[in-house]
Amino acid sequence: MLSIKNLHASIEGTPILRGINLEVKAGEVHAIMGPNGSGKSTLASVLAGREEYEVTEGEVSFKGKDLLDLAPEDRAREGVFLAFQYPVEIPGVSSTNFLRTAVNQVREYRGLESLDAVKFLTMMKEKMKLVEIDQKLLSRSLNEGFSGGEKKRNEIFQMAMLEPTLSILDETDSGLDIDALRIVSNGVNQLKSKDNATIVVTHYQRLLDYIVPDFVHVLYKGKIVKSGTKDLALELEEKGYDWIKEAVDSEATV
Amino acid sequence: MSTLTKENLFEGFLESSFAGFENIRKEGKVCFTKQGLPTLKSEEYKFTSIAKKLEQSLTSITGAKPFEVSSEEVKAAIPTGFDGSVLVFANGHLQNHLCLEVEKLNFSSLNEKSDLAIGSIAKAEKDPFAALNQASFEGGVYISIPKKEVVEKPILLLSFIKSNEGDVISPRVWIEAGDFAEVTFITHTINNSDKPYFVNKVVEIKGGLNSQIRYYRLQNEGKNAIEVSNIETNLLQDSRFTSVTISLSGEMVRNNLSLNLLGSNSEGNMYGIYLLNGKTHVDNHTNVDHTIPHAESNELYKGILADQSRGVFNGKIFVRQDAQKTNAFQQNNNILLSEDAIVNTKPQLEIWADDVKCSHGCTTGQLDEEALFYLQARGIDKLQAKGLLLYAFAGEVLEHIQNDSFREYCINLVQNRLGSNF
Repeated sequence: MLSIKNLHASIEGTPILRGINLEVKAGEVHAIMGPNGSGKSTLASVLAGREEYEVTEGEVSFKGKDLLDLAPEDRAREGVFLAFQYPVEIPGVSSTNFLRTAVNQVREYRGLESLDAVKFLTMMKEKMKLVEIDQKLLSRSLNEGFSGGEKKRNEIFQMAMLEPTLSILDETDSGLDIDALRIVSNGVNQLKSKDNATIVVTHYQRLLDYIVPDFVHVLYKGKIVKSGTKDLALELEEKGYDWIKEAVDSEATV
Repeated sequence: MSTLTKENLFEGFLESSFAGFENIRKEGKVCFTKQGLPTLKSEEYKFTSIAKKLEQSLTSITGAKPFEVSSEEVKAAIPTGFDGSVLVFANGHLQNHLCLEVEKLNFSSLNEKSDLAIGSIAKAEKDPFAALNQASFEGGVYISIPKKEVVEKPILLLSFIKSNEGDVISPRVWIEAGDFAEVTFITHTINNSDKPYFVNKVVEIKGGLNSQIRYYRLQNEGKNAIEVSNIETNLLQDSRFTSVTISLSGEMVRNNLSLNLLGSNSEGNMYGIYLLNGKTHVDNHTNVDHTIPHAESNELYKGILADQSRGVFNGKIFVRQDAQKTNAFQQNNNILLSEDAIVNTKPQLEIWADDVKCSHGCTTGQLDEEALFYLQARGIDKLQAKGLLLYAFAGEVLEHIQNDSFREYCINLVQNRLGSNF
């Protein structure tokens, strides 16, 4: 589904990603871990199409299309969803109107009929249950005055509404208490199917107790330096990142 | 052909003959001659050089003649969904035969009201263009809403302009709302030519005790239009005046809007939205004079500027020594969409009373790129996402339009503009 080959990206001339290779197939969950500043969020942003990052080398194909060639909105319509690390507060834009516009533009692109108000509300009510989000929140401006946990739940709620094939969760767990973490993970797990895939970007292993990955990759200095199963995450939890850093750094000096 | 210079621009024009109001015109001419056209050195016009623009754009200064407008043109120009009276003007001159649903309305041309105290509200000595208009006004209308009359449906003042028939249009409007009267006005201009022209308009409004006046202006002027308007309102006790000004186009537009709160518990509200592109220049100069205790004024202007457009906002609030317990609020926010767009914003509060609540604030910023990306990342088209964000910024101004159909009309107009490539 997603194939990343030798991806290099930089921001304002500073290279952040230095040759990422990753294959993600339908039905899989990949976790991307790594110390702060290793390029995890950059990778998520580049896949979603954030303009500040410049791709200097490499290619990304998604369902056979050149992903890097698509505008951010077209990537979303093709089925890429980024759950933001810091969801943006947008005063004056109502959550419901925003979501209806988004859902219908995505549906139109996918050749589906657009939803009228009634059908949209029915769908919304159903998906709201997934992340236990309150109707009251959705009558407010988008993310405005939401708590950290509410924002993250709203991200997963949007994901449920947009029905992506590839979901990228960027540090969705950071700052969540255990209850919120359970709700969010539960939502993600229910949305999982054999046809879609998930990339979980996280700093902590804790999330992976709830969203169990098929593969774990460690990102360091803009490269995937180690890949393994969920046991790798446990090892990282126990030993920290230093042993990996040391191994990589000593290799580099040799 | 004589060359026009800033100094002699209106000299010849003022020599022509104007019908009626001889003494009033004489006084206007004296005031105008004394003040002269404002230069960039005049504090009130330092960002908006009307004189220079006139000198560059106009080849002659002649009063515009009325012209034939068809009833089809009138029908086509009425905003969708509008239901109410329509007064039609051609180059500022009232076209009685084209007016619609006006049977119950008390109105006439100014010349039929020779005893009107023209210039007693919008005073000629306060502004050179008000003085110029007082010396040379032609056309316009007198409208009176009797005591206790509630005019349920709005009154549309529909102006057609054709600059081939002379380039100076100087209408003067006198509106009086009796005690407890209620009325809504909507003004709208249709321009039929691309030739430059100059509109110099004065509107005097008198609000009786407990009267409610709403004045909504849709300014989508011709792209070569130079317009100065002086709108001044006197408000008596318990009365309320609300204006909403929507400025969408024109070459150079200067709106002077002044409210005089003369009775306690009177309320003046001024709202505005300006969406500017190309080289359009729009200047909103507002002025509230709190003369008595317990009055309130609210002011909110929002601007979005693209290309090389320029916006000016000047908000003067004057709270006199006697005007204790005044509430006066003012806000001006702008978004610049290009590096070449300019906004000059200036709150100007003069407070002589010591027990008042006054606030003002102005901001100028850019479109939030992070918010734009967030919307795009959810599958919303970039242009549309931009439109959503810009509307979220400026749309609240339109919520102050009480008339449902006109509000919807304006919301559509503004949303379409914001959702296109601006």
